[in-house]
Amino acid sequence: MNAPSSSAASPENGPSSPIETDVVIIGAGPAGLFAVFELGLLDLKAHLVDILDRPGGQCTELYPEKPIYDIPGLPIVNGQELVDKLMVQIAPFSPVFHLGEMARALEKLPDGRWKLSTDLGQQFIAPVIVIGAGGGSFVPKRPPIPGIDAFEGTSVFYAVRKMEQFRGKDVVIAGGGDSALDWTLNLAPIVKSLTLVHHRDGFRAAQHSVNQMRELVAADEIDFQIASVKALHGDNGVLNEVTLAGPDKIERRHKADVLLPFFGLTMKLGPIADFGLNLNENLIPVDTEKFESSTSGIFAIGDINTYPGKLKLILSAFHEAALMSQAAFHICRPNEKLRFQYTTSSSNLQKKLGVK
Amino acid sequence: MKIIAVDREGNTQDVEGNDGWTVMEALRDARLPVTAECGGACACATCHVYVEDGWFEKLPEQRDEEIDMLDMALEVQPNSRLSCQITCSDETDGIKVTLAPE
Repeated sequence: MNAPSSSAASPENGPSSPIETDVVIIGAGPAGLFAVFELGLLDLKAHLVDILDRPGGQCTELYPEKPIYDIPGLPIVNGQELVDKLMVQIAPFSPVFHLGEMARALEKLPDGRWKLSTDLGQQFIAPVIVIGAGGGSFVPKRPPIPGIDAFEGTSVFYAVRKMEQFRGKDVVIAGGGDSALDWTLNLAPIVKSLTLVHHRDGFRAAQHSVNQMRELVAADEIDFQIASVKALHGDNGVLNEVTLAGPDKIERRHKADVLLPFFGLTMKLGPIADFGLNLNENLIPVDTEKFESSTSGIFAIGDINTYPGKLKLILSAFHEAALMSQAAFHICRPNEKLRFQYTTSSSNLQKKLGVK
Repeated sequence: MKIIAVDREGNTQDVEGNDGWTVMEALRDARLPVTAECGGACACATCHVYVEDGWFEKLPEQRDEEIDMLDMALEVQPNSRLSCQITCSDETDGIKVTLAPE
């Protein structure tokens, strides 16, 4: 399979000029991916924006190796396989992926089209926006420590962008998965002190990482504590100490300039909440003819939409994508007549699919 | 069969747990704010609860998969469980669980 084409804006390069296309799809999970196919059959071009760094959404982020048994025609397929197959299926339509970017603002232009901006400054102009954002954007889980927000970005980080910023610091890493272990191993040589804090003496991470970590502990190069972080102490976002509590519940202060919590990702709706779509319990109400929201030209498919009888199933998302595409065609090509065809019999569609 | 559920504000309510349902499903059905992002696949740790009052020991032992997944939960305590991995039965009638913070 070819790697997905990607054109990422980056803060270093500055925002690139707006991309004009037929459809911008927010979310590259199964709903968004199959929408590329249905839109493509109608000659509509799509760009996809997703905050994750790879396509697949929940399928690849939460259950890549878990079997799915209710995809029609695929008696058993795991999350990653389904995404891989969808990527093969949509490859003929050359979708452009904008990964690691979050859709941030939506604005209606005087000509009736939409301008969508991402957090990296990329702009899109398209007559149709399709929201296939599932449960929202995947963002790091934030530990429920009082006042943690005041330290975020200055002393508390959920990802390591530049290791150098931690050189010579007293660092506390919280968590027991691969990220926690990997960063423990990577940062140990350059920090002043490193303390790994986890609720048990066992880890979800790769065994060889765990072994390496234990060797560092045995050599007294890092510290491991069975505990959790209960409080943060410092001023103006600058951390001095954390309070740790172990199984004995006794709280101890511990020197720390930096806290790196690694508890994986969770879904938060994010800026879509501000798109003016009359949300109902964080879901976008749509009709069941076109899966269009209360705002003309903005559609919602998959887990993020709601309508009477809605089932949060991948197969529902596929159906919704097909009907949405018909409506999107009429918006994008107001002067053209839609010709409904079958892939089995249409040489025209087969040519688009590259099989004829 | 009954589940006594305590929400994150400390309010207690009785929830009906149907035989064979998971505690997560019962909590969600009662519209308690349990996120359960992955839908019960033991893949997200967002249905984390504390099992109270001696009930923890009475439950069937956790699978390794659940113990591992709890590493992605916040504020894990010795009585932490993922509620999607507890099945309602006569043996769990009256179990008391508290939603963990998110």
